[in-house]
Amino acid sequence: MKSGSNLEKVLSSGHFAVTAELGPPKSCDPEVVEKKAEILKGFADAVNITDNQTAIVRTSSIATGVIVARKGLEPVVQMTCRDRNRIAIQSDLLGAAALGIKNLLCLTGDHQSCGNHPQARGVFDLDAIQLIDMVRRMRDEKKFQCGEEMSVEPRFFIGAAANPFADPFEFQVIRLAKKVTAGAEFIQTQLIYNVEKFARWMKMVREMGLHEKTYILAGVGPIKSAGAARYMKNKVAGMDVPGEIVERLQAASDPKAEGIKLCLDIIEQVRAIEGVAGIHIMAIEWESAVPEIAERAGLLPRPQID
Amino acid sequence: MIIADRKPFEEIKELTSKAKNILIAGCDSCVAVCLASGEKEVAVLASELRMQRKMDGLEGEIEEIVNVRQCENEYVDAMRDKVEKADLILSMACGVGVQTLAERFPDKLAYPALNTKFMGRPVEPGVWKENCEGCGHCILHLTGGICPVARCSKSMLNGPCGGSQGGKCEVDPEIDCGWQLIYDRLSRLGQLDALVEIMLSKDWSTSWSGGPRRVIKESAGV
Ligand code: SF4
Ligand code: SF4
Repeated sequence: MKSGSNLEKVLSSGHFAVTAELGPPKSCDPEVVEKKAEILKGFADAVNITDNQTAIVRTSSIATGVIVARKGLEPVVQMTCRDRNRIAIQSDLLGAAALGIKNLLCLTGDHQSCGNHPQARGVFDLDAIQLIDMVRRMRDEKKFQCGEEMSVEPRFFIGAAANPFADPFEFQVIRLAKKVTAGAEFIQTQLIYNVEKFARWMKMVREMGLHEKTYILAGVGPIKSAGAARYMKNKVAGMDVPGEIVERLQAASDPKAEGIKLCLDIIEQVRAIEGVAGIHIMAIEWESAVPEIAERAGLLPRPQID
Repeated sequence: MIIADRKPFEEIKELTSKAKNILIAGCDSCVAVCLASGEKEVAVLASELRMQRKMDGLEGEIEEIVNVRQCENEYVDAMRDKVEKADLILSMACGVGVQTLAERFPDKLAYPALNTKFMGRPVEPGVWKENCEGCGHCILHLTGGICPVARCSKSMLNGPCGGSQGGKCEVDPEIDCGWQLIYDRLSRLGQLDALVEIMLSKDWSTSWSGGPRRVIKESAGV
């Protein structure tokens, strides 16, 4: 056990894991976080707390993670390289560990031009792979990035993201291998709507034996309407939403119900792919969909491991 | 070379409005090659400004001068006669040129008429693109001669990020993804295995992050 987190225990004991996502509010209202945590509790092994996702200012991921943990739900704190240099990142990670955070997802981060402060100076002192490497050394070698030693090390279960739909396709698998070498113990993928392409990607992952070195959680999520699907297809960088998906939602009499049905279909298909160790449900600003999805996908009750 | 672009006329009008006699000083090097400065550009700005100032009822003379390089003391010092008569030198050089003027003529105002953009080159008629950030420790031999520091929007060294699609960067479909270019070039050279190695975190102390830099060459000292 690297961290002793619930997520690590669930995965290492061979259970099919379920993680969800909880976006901090664009204000400092803890009640918003508590309400979302109450909805998700019991339906996921851990929940990702986004770090100013899409470069929009929100309550910090660490603070939100602590509020979520108080509610009895385990957080996966996301940390990006966009807003902090190696000094700030290490400092925040020591603080997060001191506050009891055990799971960390390391990301490069969306570019600041995508968000609500496009005038900001980006940092990008490190990239995601260098961040993973730094966090692993902090934990396993008790060393800061500069090489100095520390007395008590932060013990994180280290995660990273992967996007099977980004280009160059082959290089994205090489990049996953680099993340695993750097120390990524679990991977959460981009939202999957093109299952065929994801399956091809997983085949390459298996050929490189990466599924045996890291736990791969397939990213899924319900879409509320054909309009939302079209927006993701055309406007969101790194997404691959096939035309049939838009059409299926367009044709539905109850698009929300169809969106959930679609998500369940995708879960069933990705579960059948060798090397998929769990799913990551991203129901952004639609947390209430998660219990229904987990229930209908037959993923309940979540394992209790001591 | 250094690529620059002239400021909008409104801004130039504003920043020169309090001056009486103005010397517009062009530079005939990098910024002239990228059509931001040079004889013609200086003449155009001078006549625009003369007309505007006449309409605004402002007094004073507008003089023009262009020298080989505005970033070298010898060339700049040769401007002294014309500078004496001006209250403001409006520089049509890069930021280095403006600062050279400010340093050589400590009692005169030296204002920029250009926005200095980047180190880059023309890629097609009328289009210039950024190539180098002057990070102080070049790694082009590791990346197929394409710079990830300057040409990846996130300066990623183990790229590409998940936003790279169809060869374009997530920041703007007009920007080529630097890592797609690196991948294509290394694949052409049969060197894709170079990408499997993890590139460790960069020592940015050689860049501007280490403070304003200087280069000393003993052999060139007198
Ligand atoms: S690696 Fe540094 S010096 Fe070399 S081209 Fe890129 S920014 Fe310039
Ligand atoms: S899309 Fe390409 S150039 Fe843009 S940030 Fe990502 S890796 Fe860098």
